[in-house]
Amino acid sequence: MKDRYVYVLAFLLAAAGLSLFLYKWQVLGFPATDDQETPVWTVEAALHFKPGPGSIKVNLLIPTLTPGFRVLNENPVSRDYGFSLNYGTSGREAQWAIRRADGLQTLYYRTSVYEDRNADQSDTTPPFPPPPVINEPFKTAVEVLVADVREQSADTASFTTELLHRMNDPSPDPNVELLLSDVSNRTAFVESATMMLAAARIPARMVHGFPLTGRQRNAVPVTWLEVHDGDQWRYFNPGTGAEELPAHFFVWWRGNERLVTVDGGSNVEVDFSVQQNHIDAIAIAKTHASQEDMRIFDFSLFNLPIQTQAVYSVLLMIPVGALIMVIMRNFVGIDAFGTFMPVLIALAFRETKLLWGMALFTLLVALGLSIRFLLEKFRLLLVPRLSAVLIVVVLLMLLISLMSHKLGLDTGLSVALFPMVIVAMTIERMSIMWEERGPADAIRAGFGSLILATLAYLGMGLNWLEHLIITFPELLLVVLALVVLAGRYTGYRLLELTRFKALASQ
Amino acid sequence: MFATARKLRAVGLLGLNERNSEYIMRLNPRHLYPRVDDKVLTKKLALEANMAVPDMYGVIRHQSDVRRFASIVADHDSFVVKPAQGSGGDGIVVVTGRSKRKRDSFRLASGRLVTQEDIEHHISNTVGGQYSLSGNPDAALIEYCVNFDPIFEEVSFQGVPDVRIIVYRGYPAMAMVRLPTRASDGKANLHQGAVGAGVNMGSGATLSGVHHHNVVDDHPDTGALIAGIIIPQWEFILQSASRCYELTGLGYLGVDIVIDRDKGPLILELNARPGLNIQIANRIGILTRVHRIDEIYDPNATPDERAAFALRAFAV
Repeated sequence: MKDRYVYVLAFLLAAAGLSLFLYKWQVLGFPATDDQETPVWTVEAALHFKPGPGSIKVNLLIPTLTPGFRVLNENPVSRDYGFSLNYGTSGREAQWAIRRADGLQTLYYRTSVYEDRNADQSDTTPPFPPPPVINEPFKTAVEVLVADVREQSADTASFTTELLHRMNDPSPDPNVELLLSDVSNRTAFVESATMMLAAARIPARMVHGFPLTGRQRNAVPVTWLEVHDGDQWRYFNPGTGAEELPAHFFVWWRGNERLVTVDGGSNVEVDFSVQQNHIDAIAIAKTHASQEDMRIFDFSLFNLPIQTQAVYSVLLMIPVGALIMVIMRNFVGIDAFGTFMPVLIALAFRETKLLWGMALFTLLVALGLSIRFLLEKFRLLLVPRLSAVLIVVVLLMLLISLMSHKLGLDTGLSVALFPMVIVAMTIERMSIMWEERGPADAIRAGFGSLILATLAYLGMGLNWLEHLIITFPELLLVVLALVVLAGRYTGYRLLELTRFKALASQ
Repeated sequence: MFATARKLRAVGLLGLNERNSEYIMRLNPRHLYPRVDDKVLTKKLALEANMAVPDMYGVIRHQSDVRRFASIVADHDSFVVKPAQGSGGDGIVVVTGRSKRKRDSFRLASGRLVTQEDIEHHISNTVGGQYSLSGNPDAALIEYCVNFDPIFEEVSFQGVPDVRIIVYRGYPAMAMVRLPTRASDGKANLHQGAVGAGVNMGSGATLSGVHHHNVVDDHPDTGALIAGIIIPQWEFILQSASRCYELTGLGYLGVDIVIDRDKGPLILELNARPGLNIQIANRIGILTRVHRIDEIYDPNATPDERAAFALRAFAV
């Protein structure tokens, strides 16, 4: 009786999910696979600030000339603000204004661009820069340096390269050392390079932009050096002096001006996020839907802010991990710590990649376990002991990061996102099982956790599946139906067949 | 693979999934769990129903009470410390005596000497919830250490052997004797390495045993033959097990009974999620018996009638 309701429920869920999926796929033309066509990137700047009591004016520098890219569309999200586009000294500016505002304010500026190698949107030839006004002793240092560099270069490009070489020299000559003495970051470094180039009467400026790759939350603008050789603008890597641009480099703003100024507000923060998506195909689908006045698009994931989309691209895969847990536990019968702990470990693997993640997990648990056994000798109470294990795990992670950095392994740094609470809990449960049921059971369950986490990672990392579920979240209803059905599975588990083999041989 | 599954189905083997969804979820309402999960409450209910249980010396519910331990056990040389809400035998410490020279060092069932501090640390861990099913703060129970009947002397390595009976809707369905081994550290739980021996329900005689999922004929540590031991007062044991149904209201219940040399069978603890290895020990699936009970199920039968049915119907 109960079974029938379960089957009906599962059928309804699956039917609803699949029909919506088929409709969106076949009728509206949503792409069911990852396309190979020209990628479209959406870059979004999210501006947060705390408003003051009076009127507020916000200025954000936005892309003006974008060599290598064409803008598909751009739109500011301004809510109650008055919005205008102005041309300032360093390019276009988006300006929002409002009489008064309460609470934390967030403004968005979003632009979609696609790559076009022929889009040559270089700037006009600039005038020769006036010699910069510098005080002693810097003035002499600059003069000596410029004379030196000029000696060893033939034209603007080689001058720039030579200058950057000297500035990057690990043991710089005294002049460079003096000039770079209060340079603390890359932007300031590039800024002083432009100043030295100006002293040599070479037009140069900073460019700030993003190497566009896949999906990035909190993208950090990269500063590059742009030099005019009298003919055209050329790009130099300030870190090496090489004349190059990062792949898919999208220029957001140029010059020394601050990216954002807020009059009448404080605590200003700008978060950039980048998303590569299929807006091309989806835009067509969208047009189709709007022509027929269908409201489906109002509920599409693609209407959310990009940062939220990036979060959901992870969240939406968790049900897939849960389904894998159901299969491995109720159909196969693998032992592991915690119901969803393997899924959480798998999420951590996304940051570290599989092999390194597995090595790290094993290492942390093994080290933590030995320290946990040491703590056992001190007879600590439960909660303080758990906290002690947690703190030790954090310290171990720090140590591993530092060591792998020393060894030049970049992956060690992504360790920071490894969920240490989960590792600490695993250590605690494993140590209790170790004492109560013996090392064999504890290691078996630990190994089981690792296997389940690996399977969950592989399942959740399938690109086609991820694309399918993000484009068609209704497929999760099908996953739900499968899980509900699995909940009524009363047959044997695979491992029970070996466990009870003594009974089968009768 | 499917052939094995079919064979297991044919002998009526109950698997974990089916046990959980068809028996535990259907017959054991969640709100009744505290009656078996909290051993202090179980003891109270059993005493109210006039059933024999090991005497309770004291309960320690708070960290600040841990220092009462010494006074609780002052008059006793042997005792057992167990978490009130523990599962699977975890966290149980069996003290069988004290050191002759120092009264505050205790001898465990394994022969190891521990100090009073060691036991107090264990109690404080227990009270903190290390062994409780939910991880919530728990209580530590200190009770009479069973002086077990010499009948199982030959086939036990230290510790306390006990009789586990599965009671289905009030009818005893299957039983086994659980014999501690060196590996199980005196504990009678099969997953910790104890040996389980099936029991002929008709006579109370043991059948061959199971050790780590394998059938064995003699005890791994003592080498004595496991089969053919007659459990004393078998009919009374079955009747006591049947009465636990009225006590708890749970339709799928594991009853653990120890046989004390002086006090006879005592109810040690009850279990709302009894394990499945009992089927290997008895070399038969429990479903055949469960279906038989469903056929003749009589809601008005008394515990003694139900025990009598099991005695008659499930003789091997």
